[in-house]
Amino acid sequence: MNTHLLICHRPQVRNSWIKLLSGLLCASWLTTGLFSMPVLADDGGKGLQIATERKKRDEGWKDSESKTTMVLRNAQGEESTREIRSISLEVANDGDKGLTIFDEPKDVRGTAFLNHSHTGKPDDQWLYLPSVKRVKRIASRNKSGPFMASEFAYEDLSSFELEKFKFTWLRDEQLNGEAVFVVEQVPLDEFSGYSKSVVWIDQAEYRARKIEFYDRKNALLKTLVMSDYKQYLNKYWRPLKLQMTNHQTGKSTDLLVRDIEFGKGRTDADFDTNALQRSR
Amino acid sequence: MNHPWLDNSVKRPWLAVFLVLLVTVLFSWGAKNLYFRGDFRIFFSADNPQMQAFERMQAQFNKSDNMLVAVLPAEGDVFTPEVLTVVKKLTDAAWQTPYSLRVDSITNFQHTEAQEDDLLVEDLLLDVADISAEKISKIKEVVLNEPALLKRLVSADGGMTAVNITVQLPEKDQNKEVADVYSSVAALTEQLAKEHPTVSFKLAGVIALNNAFTAEAQHDASALVPLMFVTIIVLLALMLRSALAALAVVIIIILTISSTLGLAGWAGIFLSTATVNVPTLVMTLAVADSVHLIASCQFLMRQGQSKPDAIRQAMLINTMPVFITSATTAVGFLTLNFSEVPILRDFGNMVAVGVMLAWLLTILLLPALLALLPISAGHDSKAFGGMDRLAEFVIRRPGPILIGTVLLTLAGGYLTLQNRVNDEAVKYFSTQTEYRQAVDLLEEKLGGVSLMDFAIESGGESGVNDPAFIAAIDAFGDYLQTLPEVTHVSRISDTYKRLNKSMHGDDPAFYRLPESQELAAQYLLMYEMSLPFGLDLSNQLDMDKSATKVGITMQNLGSKEMTAIEDKTIAWFRQQYPQYSIEASSTALMFAHIGERNMASMMQSLPLAAVLISALLVLSLRSWKLGTISLLPNMIPALLGFGVWQLLSGEINLGLSVVASMSLGIIVDDTVHFLAKYQHARQDGRNAEDAVRYAFHSVGWALVVTTVVLVIGFSVLLLSDFRLNSDMGLLTGIILLIALIVDFLFLPAVLLKLDRKAYSPAPAATHPNGV
Repeated sequence: MNTHLLICHRPQVRNSWIKLLSGLLCASWLTTGLFSMPVLADDGGKGLQIATERKKRDEGWKDSESKTTMVLRNAQGEESTREIRSISLEVANDGDKGLTIFDEPKDVRGTAFLNHSHTGKPDDQWLYLPSVKRVKRIASRNKSGPFMASEFAYEDLSSFELEKFKFTWLRDEQLNGEAVFVVEQVPLDEFSGYSKSVVWIDQAEYRARKIEFYDRKNALLKTLVMSDYKQYLNKYWRPLKLQMTNHQTGKSTDLLVRDIEFGKGRTDADFDTNALQRSR
Repeated sequence: MNHPWLDNSVKRPWLAVFLVLLVTVLFSWGAKNLYFRGDFRIFFSADNPQMQAFERMQAQFNKSDNMLVAVLPAEGDVFTPEVLTVVKKLTDAAWQTPYSLRVDSITNFQHTEAQEDDLLVEDLLLDVADISAEKISKIKEVVLNEPALLKRLVSADGGMTAVNITVQLPEKDQNKEVADVYSSVAALTEQLAKEHPTVSFKLAGVIALNNAFTAEAQHDASALVPLMFVTIIVLLALMLRSALAALAVVIIIILTISSTLGLAGWAGIFLSTATVNVPTLVMTLAVADSVHLIASCQFLMRQGQSKPDAIRQAMLINTMPVFITSATTAVGFLTLNFSEVPILRDFGNMVAVGVMLAWLLTILLLPALLALLPISAGHDSKAFGGMDRLAEFVIRRPGPILIGTVLLTLAGGYLTLQNRVNDEAVKYFSTQTEYRQAVDLLEEKLGGVSLMDFAIESGGESGVNDPAFIAAIDAFGDYLQTLPEVTHVSRISDTYKRLNKSMHGDDPAFYRLPESQELAAQYLLMYEMSLPFGLDLSNQLDMDKSATKVGITMQNLGSKEMTAIEDKTIAWFRQQYPQYSIEASSTALMFAHIGERNMASMMQSLPLAAVLISALLVLSLRSWKLGTISLLPNMIPALLGFGVWQLLSGEINLGLSVVASMSLGIIVDDTVHFLAKYQHARQDGRNAEDAVRYAFHSVGWALVVTTVVLVIGFSVLLLSDFRLNSDMGLLTGIILLIALIVDFLFLPAVLLKLDRKAYSPAPAATHPNGV
């Protein structure tokens, strides 16, 4: 059911995870048919209301493309960069679809990652390896691991779905002079790497501005800060800068998103395993 | 001469007590700044090259601070439903360990397997509900054939397995962090042992090592210091035959120790396994000053002097010798500043300051205390007869004594050179300690637990995917496996091979390195995308994949063997692959190097200590000749002591490397006292024989008593389970005993042979003149 996306410039490029990302940030809740009812928390349902509104405001974007520079930084401040392109497709009544193509480092150029996000079951994932010209399904329940050795876990980039969490509104407060909701999200998937996350959502546009991730021993693990929000199609907000800092290792990863385009007419056919083999 | 402080102390003792207390309270207040550090890094200064290499590697790859939990089934088989259940439970629960980054075990090993045309990457045992006879035999086959696990996390016979918990401490309050990690894992294993009585657990790894440093220091502080205190009080009461006189000394000791610790606090020094025994040593060394003064005072009172006169007189005749003996002791400890080990420098400085404080407090406060307390005069000792007979013995046979000493010294010198420097952090702990037992068990079961890591740079981003580089890593690993000391090699090339096989339908023929950089990179990318939280490759590959870490496990080796392997393996790699750069590091390697470096620096400082201390002697005796003669009896004890040590152990660790210069400053005291009496008699016109008799009679017994106190003081350290402390205590005690014998036999014999010429009369009555 929902997605949003980012884009790719070059026609052959598509990518999925950024969409996921943005899904996380500003997803909207489109369709009505939930597979499972969200769990109600003891905040009178306010957390879920906020999440539902957040989702709703990001629905209807259909498809998008984008380019992203990923900057990895270790505790000493040394940097390493990667280049990726993404395309995303909004899916009604299920998680979004996404395709990510790697341009840098050179030895993985052309490798493409296809993801079908789901609301009621584990996501389906495939990887196209140009060196063997084959598509491999990643038959793994592991979604908590790092994405391309970055500080982003795959699940951080997956599309934002109401069915994946139990929401609890914690408080309202000011963040950098803006009124925000602070909502706790407890993942319902036992294979999540987190015990919970706390999201700061601005009250004006229901955009996620900051997320704190807590590891399974409930210690603060990472903080994600989203900034440089830009509005597209007069409706959909996308952050152009996402900074994830790991507090335990001192490492960080920045995602610098550019060239976001909507409405490129992508269809399901662009997101099946055959399309994966054609991606470049 | 005018002595306003002394005169006032005797006349207005309360004022002196008040002023001294005021200052000592100010000093002691600094103790609030004291804190304790137990991590192994305290042995290394910031500019230590091995430490820097270690820190570089920790920064480049994820930290390697760990807890290694050995799981030991009573029936000797890991591959049973119960034991695998325990390992799985332990693995899952271990993620709750504070500051944990990852947990590795045989159950969460990320096994790769071809499934139709797909790659399955999954925990080897994902769910205990899956356990069946078939599953167990599959797990056993994988585990016992997996190079990443065999002899690392499972013993070759399948009788023991281990769970490795990697932690990254925030290092804000390291001591508490270590304790938190250790107690969390200890509680977990105790709980599991209760639920599964047939399985036992042992805790090793860097965190357990750090915890052991702390635990042993706390043991020393809580057991040794009070014991030493009681011992000193008993000895004092016996020697002075006056409880109140003993009380006066105890007050001095308490003020000395609290001021020493307080000043350390003001100076920003922390407490550690080394410095925790400073109170014990200061106590031992401080006692001598007061005893000399009180005994002298009691002697004068027995001669019929009034108490105030006796105090005044005793102070005047003892101030100089007490200063000299304190100063030489302090100089000996100050030479520890040449040590490579920061905590040994702290130890030396704290004891040196303590000794000088004891001197100050003795001359400033003791007169007032003696004036205030109704001290008894005691009574004459009956031991002088023995001393007189000893004097006659030496006077009759100086020749044989000299020859005998020279021969013994030559033998001692030879044996001393046979000692070898050896520092293994594991062996710092006695076999009584839990940590040592855990490591010994792991060593026995796995064949080795000493680690060494090599960081190898390919020279460019993504360079580790270059087939030539992977082949180099693989060949290096093969070479390392040919070394008999090496029990396990962990290298990224094994992962590439395993992936290649799994990507080809698990065909064993494809258990080989990928042919192109693209293949290698894409296999690795696929694998990385499949790994769960915490189990990524950042412990083996750096951020931009330009470097990899090769880890080896070895049998427990001495520091020489350890550094030899480092040199040999690095030389091999550099010769074979000059295009790549390599660096080795590990905590074991750091300790292997520190012993040698420290010994080298201490050997350089020893002549300086000898020169400084001899200069003090020449000054105090005002005689070049006696000062020079005194060099021999001060050097011989260390040679003989280290010779004896060669027979006892033959291994010199960090604690022993400082004993030579440290003990020099202490043993010189005996010589000072003996020579002062001897010189006094000569200047009174007696010949050498009579002067020796006089020296024995007047100071012999006091030397026996102070040596006994010192030997007992250092022997208390023997009760420490921390060998740096117990070995230091033992060897210093041996050297002090030898020094007494040398001063009683060799020194008078030398004087009888070399100092025949009559003395000119003494210039004035200001010569040293102790008890």
